Amino acid sequence: MAEKINNRTVFFNPFAKDNPVVVQVLGICSVLAVTAKLEPAMVMGLSVTVVLAFSNVIISFIRKTIPVNIRIIVQLVVVAGLVVIVNETLKAFAYDVSKQLSVFIGLIITNCILMGRLEAFAMANKPWPSFLDGVGNGIGYTIVLAITGFVRELLGSGTLWGFQVVPTSWYEAGYVNNGLMILPPMALIVVACIIWVQRHFNPDMQEK
Amino acid sequence: MKALKKLMDRLRPRFEKGGGLHALKSVYDGMDTFLFTPSETSKSGVHIHDNIDSKRVMIIVVLSLVPCMLFGMYNTGYQHWLACGAMEFPFLDLMLYGFLAVLPRIVVAYMVGLGIEFFVAQLRGEEIQEGFLVTGFLIPLICPVETPLWMIAVATAFSVIFVKEVFGGTGYNVFNVALVTRAFLFFAYPSQMSGDNVFVSTKSILGFGGNAPDGFTGATPLGQIATADVTSGGSVMPLGLDGTPIDSWQSFIGLIPGSFGETSTLCVLIGAVILLATGIASWKIIVSAVAGGLAMGAIAHACASPLYPMSFVDPFDQLMLGGFAFAVVFMATDPVTAARTEAGKWIYGFLVGAVAILIRTYNNGYPEGAMLAVLLMNALAPLIDYCVVEANVARRRRRTKMLTD
Repeated sequence: MAEKINNRTVFFNPFAKDNPVVVQVLGICSVLAVTAKLEPAMVMGLSVTVVLAFSNVIISFIRKTIPVNIRIIVQLVVVAGLVVIVNETLKAFAYDVSKQLSVFIGLIITNCILMGRLEAFAMANKPWPSFLDGVGNGIGYTIVLAITGFVRELLGSGTLWGFQVVPTSWYEAGYVNNGLMILPPMALIVVACIIWVQRHFNPDMQEK
Repeated sequence: MKALKKLMDRLRPRFEKGGGLHALKSVYDGMDTFLFTPSETSKSGVHIHDNIDSKRVMIIVVLSLVPCMLFGMYNTGYQHWLACGAMEFPFLDLMLYGFLAVLPRIVVAYMVGLGIEFFVAQLRGEEIQEGFLVTGFLIPLICPVETPLWMIAVATAFSVIFVKEVFGGTGYNVFNVALVTRAFLFFAYPSQMSGDNVFVSTKSILGFGGNAPDGFTGATPLGQIATADVTSGGSVMPLGLDGTPIDSWQSFIGLIPGSFGETSTLCVLIGAVILLATGIASWKIIVSAVAGGLAMGAIAHACASPLYPMSFVDPFDQLMLGGFAFAVVFMATDPVTAARTEAGKWIYGFLVGAVAILIRTYNNGYPEGAMLAVLLMNALAPLIDYCVVEANVARRRRRTKMLTD
C-alpha cells in the first residue's frame, strides 16, 4: 500500500463519497429484501456492521499467515462463524425481528460488501484501520437501509418502527397505503432516487 | 384564428434571446407549434419536411380514441342507471352523467402529466414534447370509473417521471407510459383497481343519477368467469347487471361493466380503422396479436379444465371481452415501445396476443392479462429487434460467401 492510510478518511468515506451501496453498488439484494419495514432494516444494518467490523479485524490479524490460494475459504469461515454468533444472539434477544429477517441474516455471508472489504482492505491493512473501515462501511450500508426503510414503511404501511404515523382521519378521507412500496421493485426505485439525489449534488461523481 | 396568429407573432420577440421572457421559450414554442405549423425552417443542407410531424400523429391517435371515449361516457351512465334499477335510459342524461364522471379524471391526468412535462422541458431548456397528449387521454380510458382522483395523480406523476423523463422524454421510453400508470395503480392500490366494486359508478354526481342500493356489486364479465364454478355443471356465461346473460354480440357492442373506455370492441375497431387508414399504427402488429390471441385461446379451449374456468370461453369471445382489443389496437402499436423491424413486429404482436390470453386464462388472480402482456413485450421488444437484425446480417453474410466461393 503506497499511499498513507488516513484513519479519518477510512472511517468517513464510506458514509457518502464511497458508499458501498449507492456508489459501489454492492449488497443490493439485501436492500431489496429487508427494507419493507424500518425496524428489520436497522437490525440488519447493525448485524452487517458488527460482522463486517470483526471479520475485518480478524482477517487483518491473520492476513500474513493466510495462504494466498485458499484465502477466500479462510475469509468465508471467519464470516460464517461471526454470522452464526449474530444469528443466535438475535434469536435469543430479539426473536420477533429475527423471524422477520429469516434467512437474510444467514445470507450476510454472501453479502458482496463483506468479501469486497476483506479482499480490498483487511488483507492489506493493520487491524485498527481495518476495524474503522468495517464500521464505516457498515454505517454507510445502514444509512442507505434506513432511508429506504423509512420511505417504504411510511408510504407502504403508514407506520414508522411499527407505530402508526399516518392519522386515521386520512384513511377515513380516502387515503390508501401504497401496496407497491411493500414489493421489492420499489426498493430499487427508492435506491435509484438516493443515487439520483447524491449524483445531482456531486457533479464530479456523475458517470460519463 | 388570424387574431390568435397575430398575438403569437407579436409575442414572439419577447421569448427570443435577449427578450424578457426568454426563460419561458419552451412554453411559448410548445403553444405556438401546438396551434400552428412550425415557422422555423432548416438552416443547412437539403431537407424535405413532412406535414405529419409528431403533433399531427398524436392528434390523430386522440381522434381515433374519441369513439371509445364517447361510448365510455354512455356506458358509464348506462351501467349506473342499471345499478340503480332504472327501467328507462334517457340518452342525454346517460351521456351527461358519464361526462361528469370522466371529466375530472381527464383534467387531473393532463394537469399532472403536462405540468411535469412543462417543468422538465424548462429545466433542460428543451422544446416541450407532445407525447403526453395521447397518454393523458388514454389514462382515464383504461382505469375503472371509480378510481380516486389523487390515485390517478400519483400514478401519472410516477410513470411520467420514472418511465419517461428519466429515460430522456418522449420517444425514449422503454414502456408504454399510460400502461405503467395503470400497472402502478393495479399493484399499489389493488382494492381500488380490481374486484367487484370499482367498475360501476354507484353515486350520483352533481345531482345526476341516483344512488345504487347499499352493498351493490357489479363484477366485470372476466371477473365473473374467473370465479365461476364449473365443476358442478355451472356455466361460464357472465351476467349483466340486470341479470341477463351477456352474449357475444353484447360484449362486441360493449354495454358491459369494465374499465371506462375499453369495453366496446366496436369502437376500438372504428379507432383501428382510423389508425390504419392514416398509416400510424402497424397493421402487422394488430393482425398478429389477434392471431396470437386466437391461437392461445383455441389451445386453452381445446384442453379446457375446470381449474381454469376461463378456458371454457370461446376463443372469439376471448378477443371481445375485457381490454384485449383496446390493448392490441392502442397499446401494442405504440411505435416507441413496439418492435421496429418488420419481421420483429410479427413476432412481437403474436406474443402480445398469446401472453395476454395465457395470463387471463391460467392465472386466476389476474382476470385480465392484456396490460401485463403488453408491458412484458415492451421489455422484450429490443431483444426481438436485435435477433431479427442479427439474423438478417448472418443471412446476407452467408449469401456473399456463397457468391465469392
